[in-house]
Amino acid sequence: MTAGSERVVERLFFAAAFVSAFVTVFIFGFLVYYGLPLFSGGRFIEILSSPWAPHQGSFGIYPMIVGTLAISMLAMVFAFPLSMGCAILISVVSRGRLSKVIRKVVEAMTGIPTVVYGFVGIFLLIPLVRNVFDAGSGMCVLSASLMLAVLVSPTMILFFCDSFDRVPRSYGHAVLALGGTRIQQFLHVTLPCSWPGIVVAVTLALGRAVGDTLIALMIAGNAVQVPGSVFDSARTLTSHIALVFAADNESLEFKAIFACGVSLYLFTTILVLIIRLAVHERGKCGQVR
Amino acid sequence: MKGASVGRFVERAIITFSWLAGAILLTVICAVTGYLCFKGLKTMSPALIFGSTDPMSALLLRQRVFDGLFPAMAGTLLLVLMSVGWAIPIGTAAGIYLAEYAGGGTKKIFNLLFDLLAGLPSIVIGLFGFSLTLFLNRHVSKELHPCLLLSSIALAFLILPYIIRTTQIALENLPVQNRLTGLAMGATRLQNLFHVLLPQALAGMVSGVLLAIGRCAEDTAVIMLTGVVASAGVPRSILSHYEALPFYIFYISSQYADQQELATGYGAAILLLFICLFLFAVAFVIKKNLPCQVFSQR
Repeated sequence: MTAGSERVVERLFFAAAFVSAFVTVFIFGFLVYYGLPLFSGGRFIEILSSPWAPHQGSFGIYPMIVGTLAISMLAMVFAFPLSMGCAILISVVSRGRLSKVIRKVVEAMTGIPTVVYGFVGIFLLIPLVRNVFDAGSGMCVLSASLMLAVLVSPTMILFFCDSFDRVPRSYGHAVLALGGTRIQQFLHVTLPCSWPGIVVAVTLALGRAVGDTLIALMIAGNAVQVPGSVFDSARTLTSHIALVFAADNESLEFKAIFACGVSLYLFTTILVLIIRLAVHERGKCGQVR
Repeated sequence: MKGASVGRFVERAIITFSWLAGAILLTVICAVTGYLCFKGLKTMSPALIFGSTDPMSALLLRQRVFDGLFPAMAGTLLLVLMSVGWAIPIGTAAGIYLAEYAGGGTKKIFNLLFDLLAGLPSIVIGLFGFSLTLFLNRHVSKELHPCLLLSSIALAFLILPYIIRTTQIALENLPVQNRLTGLAMGATRLQNLFHVLLPQALAGMVSGVLLAIGRCAEDTAVIMLTGVVASAGVPRSILSHYEALPFYIFYISSQYADQQELATGYGAAILLLFICLFLFAVAFVIKKNLPCQVFSQR
């Protein structure tokens, strides 16, 4: 191969990377461009904070933002302790084979399609919530966040375990040598040392919970309202996009879904930056070793 | 002494809590899969896929299948093949650039953008795919509407970051001596890449592709905005509407007319679950068992 053709291939590699990176920026540009009438003259803030009443000419997405936050935050409230418990079980409490088996099951869980969770949610979880809490149709914030918790837990557990494993062994051995138990070792050494990893895991899981469409769309009920309790129906930004898309095509009402898209894009950007910072912190921690 | 007993109590509590959490998780997962199998395994038969049509004539596209999953499976298969076909060359090349060529500053910017792309909700990618359709329809050809081609392009963007990352990581994890031997023997950078580094990184790259296929097969949000429909038959061209397995499951869950249709929905859910878990297992085995070492020095 000549030096010339070698350079051509290298250029191609660069072109591929550039195109992929460019697409990321391009997506943002497209969303803003198509939602344009809604973004001009500082109307974006207004849209974020006003109610959805298309017949009165108000296309605010405030109820959807609250719905998204309520569902995903509640999902995190369920998922965090569950994942922390499972991660402790896998890396600290159980030993040998059992620990490996549980880990395999958790890994396999990350491969379960979202739509399958949604499907089972409709026919198994919703009747359960309806009967146990006597909560109307059962399609509510609580059902959606329970199912989302199941969706995001495996990722969180694996990241927790990974960050526990990254803590240098010698630190832990020092505790054991002083007569400490494995739980003491975990509480006083492993946990404080692995906080950047925990931040990364929680942020990633939150991103998945906010970005997931199918579960909320299928089991949260999709009423456009600011949910007053966990038994109220709610609509997320993602399901709003899917629902309005299916209904209508050329009006200002339709343009509002691009405002949802832009909000989700910006939210993702913030989460990615948080993850970057946390990973950077972990890098610093590594230098101490 | 009091401190010690409090400590022991906390310790007990943590241990109990962790077992409880593990039990809850396993119960939930058994409930989900068990419920699906309980409701859906009895529908598992050729009739689930081909309905009342003769399987052979359905496969040869002589007869359209109306009451089976065949069109949805064909749509998903085509969709996966096309998206992966777009994403593999671009993703692999970008991954190679990032691992082997990119310098500090460029690499930082690219890494950030790929993380962002990986983090974007799939409905946002779908919305982008839809606006791309609008754009192409207005400026390129009036014939372009949401279709298999545009869905596959949008899905390719969804899986691109996975493929880039796995390629990059597989290359970066190669031991330094493997990296230097070829160069020391006079190979050029590119020869070293194609004859030494890529063959060794192949296992990692293939498992990444399999995970990407799983992601394509299960994704519903992207295709919902870019051309999937509930009933279209086997797609006739890449510019036509199509059916897909995950969308079928979604559609049936809210629109089923009778118990027969609902049973097909359970069947479809089991089928999709098995396909995804199978891909996942194969990816796992490849990653574990095929280090593809050209030099067996380790």
